[in-house]
Amino acid sequence: MGKAPVLSLRGVTKRFPGVIANDNISLDFRAGEIHVLLGENGAGKSTLIGVLAGMQQPDAGEILSHGRAVRIGSPRESLGLGIGTVFQHVLLVPSLTVLENLMLGRGRASRLDRAGTLRRFHDLSQALAVSLDPEAKLGALSLGQQQQVEIMRALWRGEGVLILDEPTSMLTPQGVRELGEVMRRLRGQGVAVIFITHKLREAYEFGDRISVLRLGRLVGQLGPERLSAMNQEQATDEVIRLMFGSPSGHQGEAETLAGRGIRRRAGIIDRSGEAILRARDLSTVAETGECPLREVGFDLWPGEVLGIAGVDGNGQKHLAEVLAGQRMAAQGSIRLGGVEIGGTDVGARRRMGLRYITDERLGEGTVQPFSVATNLVMKEIGVAGLWRHGVSLWGRIHGHARERIREFDIRTPSERTPVGRLSGGNIQKVLLARELGSAARVVIFNKPTYGLDLQNTKLARDRIREGADAGLATVLISTELDELIELADRIGVMFQGRLAGIIDNREGVEQRIGLLMTGAAA
Amino acid sequence: MSRVAAGVLRTLIPIALALGAGALVLLALGADPIDYYAFVLRRGLLTWSGLQETITKLAPLLLISAGLIVAFRAGIWNLGVDGQFLLAAVVTAALGPALVGAIGRYPTLIVCALAGAAVGAAWSLLPAILKARYGLNEIITTLMMSFLGTSLANVLIKLPFKDPATTVPQTETLLVPDRLPRLFDSTIHAGVVLAVIVILLVHLLMTRTAFGLRLQVVGANPRAAVHAGLNVGRLTIATFALSAGLAGLGGAVEILGVWGTVRADWNPKFGLLAIPLVFLARFNGIAVIGFVFFFAVLLIGGESASRRMGVPTFFILVLVGLLLVFLALVEYLDHRRRERTKS
Amino acid sequence: METLLTPAFVTALLFGAVTAGVPLLLAGLGEQVSEKAGVLNIGIEGMMLAGAYAGFVAAYYSGSFLAGFVAGGLGGAGVAALMALFCVRLGMNQIVIGIALTLGAEGLTALLHHFQFSRSYPRLDAAPALALPGLAEIPIVGPALFSHHWLVYLAVLLVPLLAWVFRRTHLGLNLEAAGQMPAALDAAGIGVLATRTFAVLATGFLAGMGGAYMANVGAGLFVPFMTGGAGFMGIVLAMLARGRPSWVLVGSIVFGLSLSLTTAFQVAGVNVPTDVVQMLPFLMVMLMLVLFARHSGLPPALGLPYVRGSR
Repeated sequence: MGKAPVLSLRGVTKRFPGVIANDNISLDFRAGEIHVLLGENGAGKSTLIGVLAGMQQPDAGEILSHGRAVRIGSPRESLGLGIGTVFQHVLLVPSLTVLENLMLGRGRASRLDRAGTLRRFHDLSQALAVSLDPEAKLGALSLGQQQQVEIMRALWRGEGVLILDEPTSMLTPQGVRELGEVMRRLRGQGVAVIFITHKLREAYEFGDRISVLRLGRLVGQLGPERLSAMNQEQATDEVIRLMFGSPSGHQGEAETLAGRGIRRRAGIIDRSGEAILRARDLSTVAETGECPLREVGFDLWPGEVLGIAGVDGNGQKHLAEVLAGQRMAAQGSIRLGGVEIGGTDVGARRRMGLRYITDERLGEGTVQPFSVATNLVMKEIGVAGLWRHGVSLWGRIHGHARERIREFDIRTPSERTPVGRLSGGNIQKVLLARELGSAARVVIFNKPTYGLDLQNTKLARDRIREGADAGLATVLISTELDELIELADRIGVMFQGRLAGIIDNREGVEQRIGLLMTGAAA
Repeated sequence: MSRVAAGVLRTLIPIALALGAGALVLLALGADPIDYYAFVLRRGLLTWSGLQETITKLAPLLLISAGLIVAFRAGIWNLGVDGQFLLAAVVTAALGPALVGAIGRYPTLIVCALAGAAVGAAWSLLPAILKARYGLNEIITTLMMSFLGTSLANVLIKLPFKDPATTVPQTETLLVPDRLPRLFDSTIHAGVVLAVIVILLVHLLMTRTAFGLRLQVVGANPRAAVHAGLNVGRLTIATFALSAGLAGLGGAVEILGVWGTVRADWNPKFGLLAIPLVFLARFNGIAVIGFVFFFAVLLIGGESASRRMGVPTFFILVLVGLLLVFLALVEYLDHRRRERTKS
Repeated sequence: METLLTPAFVTALLFGAVTAGVPLLLAGLGEQVSEKAGVLNIGIEGMMLAGAYAGFVAAYYSGSFLAGFVAGGLGGAGVAALMALFCVRLGMNQIVIGIALTLGAEGLTALLHHFQFSRSYPRLDAAPALALPGLAEIPIVGPALFSHHWLVYLAVLLVPLLAWVFRRTHLGLNLEAAGQMPAALDAAGIGVLATRTFAVLATGFLAGMGGAYMANVGAGLFVPFMTGGAGFMGIVLAMLARGRPSWVLVGSIVFGLSLSLTTAFQVAGVNVPTDVVQMLPFLMVMLMLVLFARHSGLPPALGLPYVRGSR
């Protein structure tokens, strides 16, 4: 491969208050090579991308483009250097059409050049082997299609470097395969592809070269020669060695990374009694940009974990909210312990033992400027014991918070600290502490490990397992198939608002779920 | 630097900057700022009659501020205070003289105060429903209702409630012996005491009760409120009612304590003017008393100054605008400083 | 009622509707540009008032209506520049600053007027009308609609022009992206802050021209607080129009008609207190809001400052 790198980082360092996101990182990216940056959440991958895309400025170090030192002060300069970036969250305008999105940024006040744009659109469609309607509103496309638009935009001016930040997180297995083909085709055309992921399997499958990041540092690299000589098992062991040194102190994290966690066996749940949660025929009304539920039904028994798989945006959010009482179903019934609860509100369901841990920890799970203590009681304001005749007993509220902080090992300076100052993992612990208590009977988890580092991912998964072992009935919504296979007894798949084929979690479940995620019949 | 000192600085700096910038405006207009401010201080604070007027002004301003604190803490922009205040004042002025002969002084005062609060609350009902049901921006609806209320108040004064005995259109007058009792030998009426009690109660309501906490959750993060199972629609309507009701009470007290009648086109426009005070106090009901007092001095002194020194009261508007800008600026700089030093 | 609907009454009503509607049209179109780009411009009332004052003073001393409108636009843009600095560049609260600018402009223009003219209210000469050949001769409607100052026709032409800009130019795309998904615009290499600054300045200029028209043509003089909520009505128009300039035009005709009823009733000699008629436009606003509450739409990023890297 002795080619000169097209893009290089030399000693790049980026600090944020309290953390060093990138610590003296040096990397080379070469034409015609798929270079994987692998690391857990919080390892500094996204910051590195931000630096290359011109969204953030490094505090030290330099960037070389074709051997020449450059400064990337803005996204425009990044594009000017031939670096196209596809961000983790789609950065396109939903109210504009595909074509309009592609024209965005190609002028300031001039007239739009539709004909020219359409020509380039067809060229790129051919090169990438994708078919999209240029006049479709972007918001009406699936996330996979939106990503194709993003890739098209990133390659618009024949960019030589394509950065893909966690691009598989919103794709079906089929979509991931298609993306792989696109990447290989681009590699063949001499593009330097930078592929960011936290999934070991994808790194091995797609990467010509794997660079491993941990806690902001580059801890090692597997070059093309070594990598092609290894099988997946060997590569996995090597990455774990690079990440943790000797794996002894990090057994759990390594297992979580490699997806070697304990599998729950199907068939040990006692389904002879009555199901504790019965959903029948649940449908919701769509709002713009959301996917409604269509006739969803399932049964859930005590001690059971029902996994809900599916690509994000296929109705999971509505399912969780309808079950929790945050959203009213247009039709259908929900019975908890034999009692119909479809018409009751969040508070009533909570008192009956139904709990919901949202995926939007900051958006709706917490009020950031409020204290940890307030956030811990947010779902039971006015409850006897902490309030008397509606008057707040702050001493007791703080005392209650201190207990929970101890019990759930929440790392916070004090119970009065604003919750927004805590790390993502600790905010998740606040939610867990609020929802999981002695009175809980049914718990709904929505993407409980999203965005967490390995250690906190492991902790959250342990909590779910412990809860189920203690008899909690659990609905586990996740886009991480590994997580579902590790924890669930049965797995159903959400596709376009329908819940398809709840199947036992046995060998070979991956293939069947992969098919269901694309809408194939069970 | 201690937190208290920092807090004091954060509020004194904008005031100082606003007064300074205001001085430049005065200079540019050819007035002597030192003379002007000295006159305002003397008339508003250092003479007994001025001080009595200043303290009397506290009543409506504090009640309006109390209403704004409730709304702002709940994240609702009730900018229709003027309409709520005026309509309540007019209804009070119409009701008072009509009732007093029948039911006597104190029952009349109580009925009028309650009626004023009810009228204020009623005038916020439409914006409240539009906000709760359709999420319609309340800034616009409350402003529009305020314009509407101001005109309606005039219509009421000129048509149904007009005192036939006067040439200038105004309501019948509640005579001085029938108004709120005066304190000791002064011209200060008991409404001031009521206003102070009310704002302290509002402060306790917002910081020490379940209801207040619920409102604050809605204000800080409405989606979190939905997630926590709070009935955001009902809380929104309750917030509007409470906020506008307090503004209405302010209107009633001003009539029952000071004027006894409302003339056509009377509109003190306290509503928007109280906003910067409430922001300066960071929605704290105790701190706001100090700022309202400061502002009342400006208002009373400024009125005299307009007669004596030829600087119209419009200058107070400029000062309020400047105060808001500097307040936001200091807040912004402080935020930036904390961001940079956070680690 | 039959006696009311004389030709003279109808002509006066329509003529007044145009005169009252044009400032609303300009303010509404201006606000639409800001809102499209994600800035809730509550300070527009202050911008109109600043425009009215600056426009009046310029026209009064120069004797030129053109100079008056340019000065009015610049006056509005001056207030808008403060809004852009505080809200777009520094990311300060758009509502607080909007109220501050409105109060400040109210106070400052009244103060300046007081020191300049004391208690007198000098008048400008009647604005020259440009009668459109042919159209202006149509009975009743002709003198009402086609015999106005040239700014009126310009304001109406602005409607298709803006619609074209929104749909067919990069500027339109950039404005839309700045309000819908600012991060996408940023990632595409266009400055969000620059786009929004431009939008706010354009709003100020249009609102200022509207204010100047109100003072110089509509009233012929400047009175403190003379905009009387017209800027806020512009916000309502923009809210209900959901990004479509033609809807702003329709709305400003409706509001303009209800505003002009005041003068029309006086012409017809009907004896209603002015306050009753003054309630009409605001009643109309509330009625429209109640009727179309469900359909009013604002961009998702409205009111939120943009900081690169945070969501």
